[in-house]
Amino acid sequence: MGKPNDLVQGTLDLLILKTLRPEAMHGWAIGKRIQQVSGEVLQVQQGSLYPALHRLEQQGWIKAKWAESETGRQAKFYSLTAAGRGQLEKETANWARLSAAIDLIMGEA
Amino acid sequence: MRWLAQLRMRIQMLFGRGKAAARLDDELRFHLERQIAENVAAGMTIEEARYAALRTFGNPALLREQTRATWNWNWLELLMRDARYGVRSLRRTPGFSLIAIAVMALCIGAATSLFTVVRSVLLRPLPFRDPGRMVMLYEHFRAPGMNAQGFNYNSAAAADFYDWQTQTHGFDGMAAWRWWQFNLTGERGELPELVSARGGTWNLFPLLGVPAAIGRTFLESEDRTDANAVMLTWSLFERRFGGDPSIVGRQIHLDDKLYTVVGVLPKWFTYPDANVQVWVTFASGVPPLVLQHHDFHFSHVVARLRPDVSLASALGQVGAVQYRLHMQNLNAPVAEDVAARTLNDDLARDVSKPLQLLMCAVACLLLIGCLNVANLLVARGAARQKEMAIRGALGAQRVTLIRAQLTECLLICLAGGVGGVLLSLAATNWLARAWKDLPSAEGIQVDGVVLGFACALVFVAALVAGLLPAISSTGKAVFAVLQSSSRTVGGNLSSTVLRKTLLTVEIAVTVILLIAAGLLLKTFVHLRATNLGCTTENVLTVGYSLPQQRYGSAAKVNAFNETLLQRVRALPGVRAAALGSTVPGTGPGGDDTFTILEHPPLAPGTAMPDAMTRWTDPQYFSALQESLLSGRFFTGDDRAGRPKTVIINRQLAEEYFPGENPLGRHLHLVAEEFGDYQVVGVVADTLYKVGQPAKPTMYFSVLNGGNYTELSLAVRTASDPLAMSIPIQKQIAALDPQLPVYDVLTMDQIVGQSLDNQSLSATIVLAFAILSLVLASVGLYGVLSYLMTQRTTELGVRLALGAQRGQLLRLILFDGLRPAILGLALGSAASAGVTQLIRSMLYDTRPLDPEVYAAVTITLLMVATLACMIPAWRASRLDPMQALRTE
Repeated sequence: MGKPNDLVQGTLDLLILKTLRPEAMHGWAIGKRIQQVSGEVLQVQQGSLYPALHRLEQQGWIKAKWAESETGRQAKFYSLTAAGRGQLEKETANWARLSAAIDLIMGEA
Repeated sequence: MRWLAQLRMRIQMLFGRGKAAARLDDELRFHLERQIAENVAAGMTIEEARYAALRTFGNPALLREQTRATWNWNWLELLMRDARYGVRSLRRTPGFSLIAIAVMALCIGAATSLFTVVRSVLLRPLPFRDPGRMVMLYEHFRAPGMNAQGFNYNSAAAADFYDWQTQTHGFDGMAAWRWWQFNLTGERGELPELVSARGGTWNLFPLLGVPAAIGRTFLESEDRTDANAVMLTWSLFERRFGGDPSIVGRQIHLDDKLYTVVGVLPKWFTYPDANVQVWVTFASGVPPLVLQHHDFHFSHVVARLRPDVSLASALGQVGAVQYRLHMQNLNAPVAEDVAARTLNDDLARDVSKPLQLLMCAVACLLLIGCLNVANLLVARGAARQKEMAIRGALGAQRVTLIRAQLTECLLICLAGGVGGVLLSLAATNWLARAWKDLPSAEGIQVDGVVLGFACALVFVAALVAGLLPAISSTGKAVFAVLQSSSRTVGGNLSSTVLRKTLLTVEIAVTVILLIAAGLLLKTFVHLRATNLGCTTENVLTVGYSLPQQRYGSAAKVNAFNETLLQRVRALPGVRAAALGSTVPGTGPGGDDTFTILEHPPLAPGTAMPDAMTRWTDPQYFSALQESLLSGRFFTGDDRAGRPKTVIINRQLAEEYFPGENPLGRHLHLVAEEFGDYQVVGVVADTLYKVGQPAKPTMYFSVLNGGNYTELSLAVRTASDPLAMSIPIQKQIAALDPQLPVYDVLTMDQIVGQSLDNQSLSATIVLAFAILSLVLASVGLYGVLSYLMTQRTTELGVRLALGAQRGQLLRLILFDGLRPAILGLALGSAASAGVTQLIRSMLYDTRPLDPEVYAAVTITLLMVATLACMIPAWRASRLDPMQALRTE
């Protein structure tokens, strides 16, 4: 992903929120998880990931806590806030509606 | 709860920014470590793993910047950074910074002070109920000649006012006040005091929406000739009566009559001016005949417009009534029309024109200040071209560069603004005290609005001064600096053109200011040199007024006046002493209409002759050294019970007795029943006010014994007249200890006082003009020095090739003089138009006065030459070897 445009940026936010849904994670793990789950299709560059994380944190959708990571080093763990959880549901519904609509158009051809 | 989280975040980001930055670094480092670990796990060596990780990671500085850009308060951080850089670069060039800040402080200070005055005088509504709907109504004479003499807003006659009040319906209410003064005496030997007073109709205070602070305002039944109700203003209440509320209901002595205090006015009430001490009712003490007369003009009418009526239609109604009155009194001075103006304009009538002039002058000064700072910035910009180019090459956007430069300029203006506001605190105080006639002078102070204005000024000045240099010194062209060899010949052409243009405008505006100041100064000099028509040297005047109550008969009045004159004349050091109702230079005094018995009756429709009235004692003319043209002065025989006599001035004789001898003719005073006065003498004209043409004047003998409200004792002394003031006052106190004196002034002081305002505005404009001249010459010097440095190599080459030093001197000199001459030409041309606007403020001086133009041209050229001479001389002294070696 290069310079994120609006759609991509919105999507990245959604992906981050979704990834953080089950448990708190640090930035590196979030990137890795998205990569793995998407079957290596989506590779999130640091240049997009960290600005997005910090923006979501400033907006109050996610919160951060410093804790010991699996390697024993202190790392910044992000987790969803209550508001972030609500936002995720809303965004998911939006996404479902949008992708259904796109599917409809693509299916027509 | 999201807002709570956001708020916590905001506070964290505001105060824990350094910590957050460290954490971000740590977070990114952790990411990198994990990447390296993963690469190692994939089989790379440590070294390879590190490089591969760094490659995928990209530019860490950029990532940090992009992440930080999402943080709260990012704008504040950018601003702080710009400010920090700005302060740093300003501190590197303290000379430049101090000059620029001083220039801005002066300009902003001057503008702020003037705005403070303008706001309180012209803009701030008076503290009355709904002041926007209140107007002052005046009689308006249509003839242009009358307008020129100030009769376009003539006080209304009481009878006119009553007719307007009862016969029109466009106003919710109409009230009037008149001027008055009383001799306030105490019962227990307190010092007598002359107090300024006003008589207001009973409905004036309700109409203005002013309640009494203590007691009540007037009742309708108290607005009668024989009424004796009085209201005190707060200052008198505090000062003379110790702020004791029990004064309400008690009686005080005014002109030896008992008046009952019905109330005290609130502290903030200083209308129409702060000198007023007591208010009585409008009709109180005014003979019914005067109230019914249409040609005694003394009423200032305040009216409140009805909300559903337009001012035009309400005025139309009053105008119709007035026109009918005019037609009914064709021979009397009853105006055809009415005119209205707002209460603010009414109070500021004498000062609004000079204030506007000063506002324009200060705007010019501010513009010059901004141009000067802009000029300095362009010079700095040229010196910093390399820095700009390098910053641009390293990735700074043009907007960032412009923003940085604007911030620098804003810092200069801010520092200047702080200095300016401090300056203006002092200057405003001084201005409010020095400027006589300034209404609500005590209310003039720096407040929130004024500070807001100063802030706005700071930003506007920063934009005006900073934008042009910032734009011109950034942009694509700057990269050329990096390409060109360091040895440039001739310098940057576009910034030179810009600087010369700025300079030309600066000089043009300076020329306008100089010419305006020159004209005002010449006016002042002319006014100062005006001959009043009598001697003003070593003459002391002392005012007093004999109260009707104790001086009811001609015999008593004459006894006091003649005894006083005798005693004063006997004092050592007194050359002559005389009595006059209004000495020259102190204002118009009273006037009256008359007819000439020996002339045929006036044709219907022609205005009745009108002349100013003066009462004098027999020695008045000789004491003041006024010359007799024909006939005789008064003698001791021109007194009550003898044939009535009058002396006229040359103006009256020429106007109403053209080609005939006025001596022996009789003037019939319309206001007096048996008022036929024989003309016994003609005297030379004296001026009633400096700067005003002489008017027809009638002199009557003070020994007629009438009770004139005010008399001035004029004493000509052998030496310093002020030294005589105490002995003279002692003589008055010896005759009547209850009699207060006032206006103890020398004639020179009277003339000086009446010119105070002209001298003030001329001085201020001149100060502004000189300041502008200094700024412009500093600008000229700066530009030329800069050009000289830029052309050092070129000049060196010229010298090496055999150019004469005189040639170089001329070259640089003319280069600098060109914008000066161009600015001079532009400024002179503009002045020709601009000075028409101040025509009405000039006396005996034409707007295109050649002397002033010549003086300004010579001054400007001399100063400009001087400013150019130093760099030019330095250029001609160049050592060619040194010049060629400089980078």
